[in-house]
Amino acid sequence: MAMLSFEKKYRVRGGTLIGGDLFDFWVGPFYVGFFGVLTAFFSLLGTALIVYGAAIGGTWNLWQINIAPPDLSYGLALAPLKHGGLWQIITVCATGAFVSWALREVEICRKLGIGLHVPVAFSFAILAYVTLEIIRPVLLGAWGHGFPYGIISHLDWVSNVGYQYLHFHYNPAHMIAITLFFTCTLALAMHGGLVLSATNPARGEPVKTAEHENSFFRDHIGYSIGTLGIHRLGLFLALGAVFFSAVCIVISGPFWTRGWPEWWNWWLDLPVWPRAG
Amino acid sequence: MKLSATTLTASLLVTVIGTLLVIPMMLQWERPPMESAQWGFRGLGMEHIVNPRLAARVKAANPLPTPDDPVPNDGVLVRDDHENYKNVQVLGDLDTAQFNRLMGAITLWVAPQEGDNAGCAYCHNVENMASDEVYTKVVARRMLQMTRAINTQYKAHVAQTGVTCYTCHRGNAVPANIWFTNPGPRQAGGFAASRNGQNLAGQPVPAFASLPYDPFTPLISEPGGAIRVQATTALPGNPGPEFKKTETTYALMMHMSTGLGVNCTFCHNSRAFSNWEQSRPQRVTAWHGIQMVRDINANYITPLAGVFPANRKGPTGDVYKTNCATCHNGVNKPLYGFSMAKSYPELSVPNP
Repeated sequence: MAMLSFEKKYRVRGGTLIGGDLFDFWVGPFYVGFFGVLTAFFSLLGTALIVYGAAIGGTWNLWQINIAPPDLSYGLALAPLKHGGLWQIITVCATGAFVSWALREVEICRKLGIGLHVPVAFSFAILAYVTLEIIRPVLLGAWGHGFPYGIISHLDWVSNVGYQYLHFHYNPAHMIAITLFFTCTLALAMHGGLVLSATNPARGEPVKTAEHENSFFRDHIGYSIGTLGIHRLGLFLALGAVFFSAVCIVISGPFWTRGWPEWWNWWLDLPVWPRAG
Repeated sequence: MKLSATTLTASLLVTVIGTLLVIPMMLQWERPPMESAQWGFRGLGMEHIVNPRLAARVKAANPLPTPDDPVPNDGVLVRDDHENYKNVQVLGDLDTAQFNRLMGAITLWVAPQEGDNAGCAYCHNVENMASDEVYTKVVARRMLQMTRAINTQYKAHVAQTGVTCYTCHRGNAVPANIWFTNPGPRQAGGFAASRNGQNLAGQPVPAFASLPYDPFTPLISEPGGAIRVQATTALPGNPGPEFKKTETTYALMMHMSTGLGVNCTFCHNSRAFSNWEQSRPQRVTAWHGIQMVRDINANYITPLAGVFPANRKGPTGDVYKTNCATCHNGVNKPLYGFSMAKSYPELSVPNP
């Protein structure tokens, strides 16, 4: 892959967290670094184990391949490879790969002297995964509470875990997370639409600038969040959505065992309502 | 930007009210360690997470009874002792010693209190024990027939454990968990929207959700067809059951869950609710339970409508009926599987 004339300027030595100059090089367009090597190691090993799990799992149907966690009876102990042990090692590999990837992002940020917003944002996704596969199972005392690795099987897990609480849509954190996810797509759609509308004026018209974008929203809803602000908002909505997703599953089980509709009785139990009878 | 006094006061007020609301919201959370049971293949999510502190409360509310000691037979059947036993229509086939033992037990199970209208006198005119003048005696007779029918005709549901009066009554004249047609609160008439039997806060049925709060009248008051609402195909083909019917079925299912202290995955694999092959065997037991409860309500309880006084009836005039919680009381096997019926075999024979 050819390098653009100005790219060399940004390929500077240093900024590594571990390994000094040892892995401080590029392969084609990709920065490597110690964490790049680690990411490659974990993801290759993890993928190989998934393929092995599929090979002994009885089906090559992509939808039905299922690598499940151990039975609850194993608790937090190690399980035999074919009875959930694979899942345990793959979980270690996945977590290792995700965290290494985030730290590789940190090294790149340090090289460029920019903020750590991207690795911080990615960390929220890692947090959600770690919450599901490590934090919640540990709080409940068994790896078997994690979700299985499989396209259909993990959806079955989601469905059944939802029905463990009778009606999961009453989970307050789930409500907040859904609201933030939908608001996030709304904000992204409006932002994308606005930028495209300013850069695609009618034939013969000059391309418009941020002032036109601001004016549109001021005329429209009386307020424009601004060119930088919309990105702050987008990041906030996206991270909030992921954060509350993690909250909604970690409270299901470790901190609430009944049907979620019942949780809302705190409102009815407020000591301000007139007592019947 | 300068904050005006109004803005400042408003934000302060919002903060204070918010804090006051958050406190009760936060006080109700539970905490680890939890206990869990696995109900399906590993990783499928068919499991039950139980708070041992709450389970202890349920256990305390379901104390195991102590059966009376067995007594030797007198050698005389009730129906042959015309001198002392008259108007015994159901239990005539009992030895008189067993009959008296059972009468004593029923007293403790149903009306253990002391006083003018309790103990034996809850059902009998103690001056003339054979008389049917106290309405509860007529009810009790029908309930004995019902108990025998349950223990002999519904073994698919009650298995070898069986039931006695105690399974539901537990020392109460009226079992703690009963139902009657629930018309809901009075609604304004005219153009005011009807709540259509749903969307009512604080309803233990259906587990505090906004679903219909009386799924019993349409679904378990009398024998009827299947209550299934789930599609059996992956993609929609023909119009399935209407929404309202689906919600009513879900409300009944939520009642079953809370009535038995379990969740939906106790019987169903939610990936395919309708599929029997993927369901747990408990779903078969529950299916028989639904048929049993319908039979009880339609053939043993509702026909007593003319016998029960008004204070044993709901606001629309129907008698108190049974649902899953009546026997189960929050436990998937009533009394944790303890068989009281074993000590009273006369309750597990066919009706004469």
